[in-house]
Amino acid sequence: MEKGINVTLKVWRQKNETSAGSFETYKVQANPDMSFLEMFDVLNEQLITEGKDPVAFDHDCREGICGMCSMVINGRPHGPKGGITTCQLHMRSFKDGDIIVVEPFRANSFGVIKDLSVDRTAFDRIIAAGGFVSVNTGNAVDANNILIPKEIADKAFEAATCIGCGACVSACKNASAMLFVGAKVTQLALLPQGKAERQSRVVAMVNQMDAEGFGACTNTGACAAECPKEIPLSVIATMNREYLAAKLNGK
Amino acid sequence: MTLDSKIPEGQLSEKWTKYRSSVALVNPANKRNLEIIVVGTGLAGASAAASLAEMGYKVKAFCFQDSPRRAHSIAAQGGINAAKNYQNDGDSVYRLFYDTIKGGDYRAREGNVHRLAEVSASIIDQCVAQGVPFAREYGGTLSNRSFGGTQVQRTFYAAGQTGQQLLLGAYSALERQIGLGNVKMYNRHEMLEVVKIDGKARGIIARDLISGELERHFGHAVLLCTGGYGNVFYLSTNAMGSNVTAAWKAHKTGAFFGNPCFTQIHPTCIPVSGHYQSKLTLMSESLRNDGRIWVPKAKGDNRNPNDIPEEERDYYLERRYPAFGNLVPRDVASRAAKERCDAGYGVGPSKMAVYLDFRFNLMNKYGRAEASKLGIENPDDETLVKLGKEVIKEKYGNLFDMYKQITDEDPYEVPMRIYPAVHYTMGGLWVDYELMTTVPGLYALGEANFSDHGANRLGASALMQGLADGYFVIPYTIGTYLSKEIATKSIPTDHEAFVEAEKRCADVLDTLMGIQGGQTVESFHRRLGQIMWNKCGMGRTAEGLKEAIAEIQQLREEFWKEVRVPGSRFEFNPELEKAGRVADFLELGELMCKDALHRNESCGGHFREEYQTEEGEAMRDDDNFKYVAAWEFKNMSDWDMHKENLVYENIKIAQRSYK
Repeated sequence: MEKGINVTLKVWRQKNETSAGSFETYKVQANPDMSFLEMFDVLNEQLITEGKDPVAFDHDCREGICGMCSMVINGRPHGPKGGITTCQLHMRSFKDGDIIVVEPFRANSFGVIKDLSVDRTAFDRIIAAGGFVSVNTGNAVDANNILIPKEIADKAFEAATCIGCGACVSACKNASAMLFVGAKVTQLALLPQGKAERQSRVVAMVNQMDAEGFGACTNTGACAAECPKEIPLSVIATMNREYLAAKLNGK
Repeated sequence: MTLDSKIPEGQLSEKWTKYRSSVALVNPANKRNLEIIVVGTGLAGASAAASLAEMGYKVKAFCFQDSPRRAHSIAAQGGINAAKNYQNDGDSVYRLFYDTIKGGDYRAREGNVHRLAEVSASIIDQCVAQGVPFAREYGGTLSNRSFGGTQVQRTFYAAGQTGQQLLLGAYSALERQIGLGNVKMYNRHEMLEVVKIDGKARGIIARDLISGELERHFGHAVLLCTGGYGNVFYLSTNAMGSNVTAAWKAHKTGAFFGNPCFTQIHPTCIPVSGHYQSKLTLMSESLRNDGRIWVPKAKGDNRNPNDIPEEERDYYLERRYPAFGNLVPRDVASRAAKERCDAGYGVGPSKMAVYLDFRFNLMNKYGRAEASKLGIENPDDETLVKLGKEVIKEKYGNLFDMYKQITDEDPYEVPMRIYPAVHYTMGGLWVDYELMTTVPGLYALGEANFSDHGANRLGASALMQGLADGYFVIPYTIGTYLSKEIATKSIPTDHEAFVEAEKRCADVLDTLMGIQGGQTVESFHRRLGQIMWNKCGMGRTAEGLKEAIAEIQQLREEFWKEVRVPGSRFEFNPELEKAGRVADFLELGELMCKDALHRNESCGGHFREEYQTEEGEAMRDDDNFKYVAAWEFKNMSDWDMHKENLVYENIKIAQRSYK
């Protein structure tokens, strides 16, 4: 390899949800143009060839949109660079000789499946509780019948870009899911199509969020700082306003 | 067996309306007793599962990812077509139909494609009603952009992440039905076998990817919405987990495979940077609205692209295809890029890349327009760049960021370097007009079927087809079959057909675990990809394909002797999942080469070097190959080919020209 760098990895290994885990140390030679996950591919090839168990980690699209990859790198969800997912992090962000600590997204509501893979189905259940517009297929009117000002559409889109990765939960000292829930509440509360159910929606989603065991928000802002899609903290304020209005309305 | 496409009689424009109005119905009380299995939760699967559950059917949905929202439709970037004619630029259902048939190089079915164009408008309505935040104009109406192979603006979009927004819409509809108890969702489950009883599909065997246990699931009908098989090439724009396994198992259980060799190689992807590369990243076709593609006129010109003067650049698409310019269809653009690079004009470290340059439109189109809005007379270059950058950022910001992350180069400053990469497969399970495969009760939707795109898919049409199949086609067509199944009681899964199918799966898994050879799954996949890309990729020859078949057979033999799968069967074991998928790719690859070898013509993405015009364009042979090749699996390396002749009653087929 022409321009390789050598790094030392300290990786969280845990056989399954119930067993205890610990850090293992590995040395890998990487090319700076490799992605962080490609570096893990190299490590796993090495481990398999040596007859050892490869590191399990979630990943799929490897272009920052599916939300599947989920590593805490040197204490930060998705690593040291802002605005990207783990799969978009490249080894050029590290130096020769670096020690890199890699852990799963930790939260009580995200059980470890194996090594760096966690269970994020709580997010699905929150959406199932209310993160939708109740419109059956075939019920729609012509798309241009309801005009939506560009600023509103853009704001709704900004909130809708959440990829549901869970970095916000992982970053939060309370393991709060409010950035995730706030993003969906905000998107649908802004749009005329979502207004009919806005009050029942926010109450149902918040109730489910609490039932899943996510913590409360203490306004630290770590969630928004670590969000790979840069969802703004203001969605939490919107969610709180929506919730309060719904409660005042007896929902 | 003769293939019956079941295209309804009558006028093209009335076929679907008549079909819909006369299709057999299932009454609501009976729907509650009918169970449907949906495998895959991308646009086709999520929309089908949600719509069928809304209608009252009992639905079980499966995905191998940790959540249905992660299906690879999420990564679609540019947009979705619909014949709305909101731009008043002459669009119509017929024009969308015509563009799609022509774009597919006259290898798609008229009836299916017309239906697709007909329902396209309803898709946009449905998505907007769900709260999908499409891009809008200041007046509040929906915005459109152009895509390749068309001369109208009919593509709806949400920045460079349209697939994400559409999938989240379908996913929310699906989650709503899960919450209501109408859909039972199985995350992290992979389908490994179709269960057939008395010739009909009656369920599946799925592996719980966390525990490793095999499970039996009954259904009155089974819908495969499992996407395409581009990962047979190892490097593609598909997600790492995208695979052919569900479709391939269905194929081996009796479903014919249609046109397996029809692969779409997308012209604008970030080039390969090294041997460690695990996947390729697409740069949306929408960028061709504003990016101009060029290479230097001189071979081996190593200057910084910004220092190469205008007259020393070859805008080869604009030169060769003045009518469509940079917006020619994907197959044409890809071949043209390959031609330039093979001729020695490529750029970048590998010389296997061309430039996609935004500077001209950034300054002259957007910069000037913004300057005149602001009343700035005679703006200097710096002002134009500054103003134009803002507009480009709003349109394509996330794509530009993605490019920078991967290449460490800023595309606002220097042109992107791009090269073609495998992106989509037009081929897939053969289905009739009702989307049923040759196995009764087994359906294929979305990219998993072969039906609508012929030999080349137009940009922004995959999202359209996935959602058309799921929201608006299957809810009707499935009634034809299920209306006759109302007397069928749920079959207990201790039925011998389930037991045998489960045993077949267990045997394969045990075999894979037992080999413990010296080579990783990844290394076999990589080698298969090399063979496919070199010999069944953008340029194919009879000789190369014959070699490829022999090499794949050999590689497959080696795989079953030498592969090493770590861990055990009864745990979360991603290497075992991958091994099963690569084993299926090793069989599919052979069929793709066989199909490509038999098709002695060039059409769309299938380019046989022996069959080209003097100008290097694809040369079709309509007299001998105007048919769908539907392959029936007999034994390993042994298939029978059935032909479905394509009949064009409404379109005069012609040599495709974009000049």
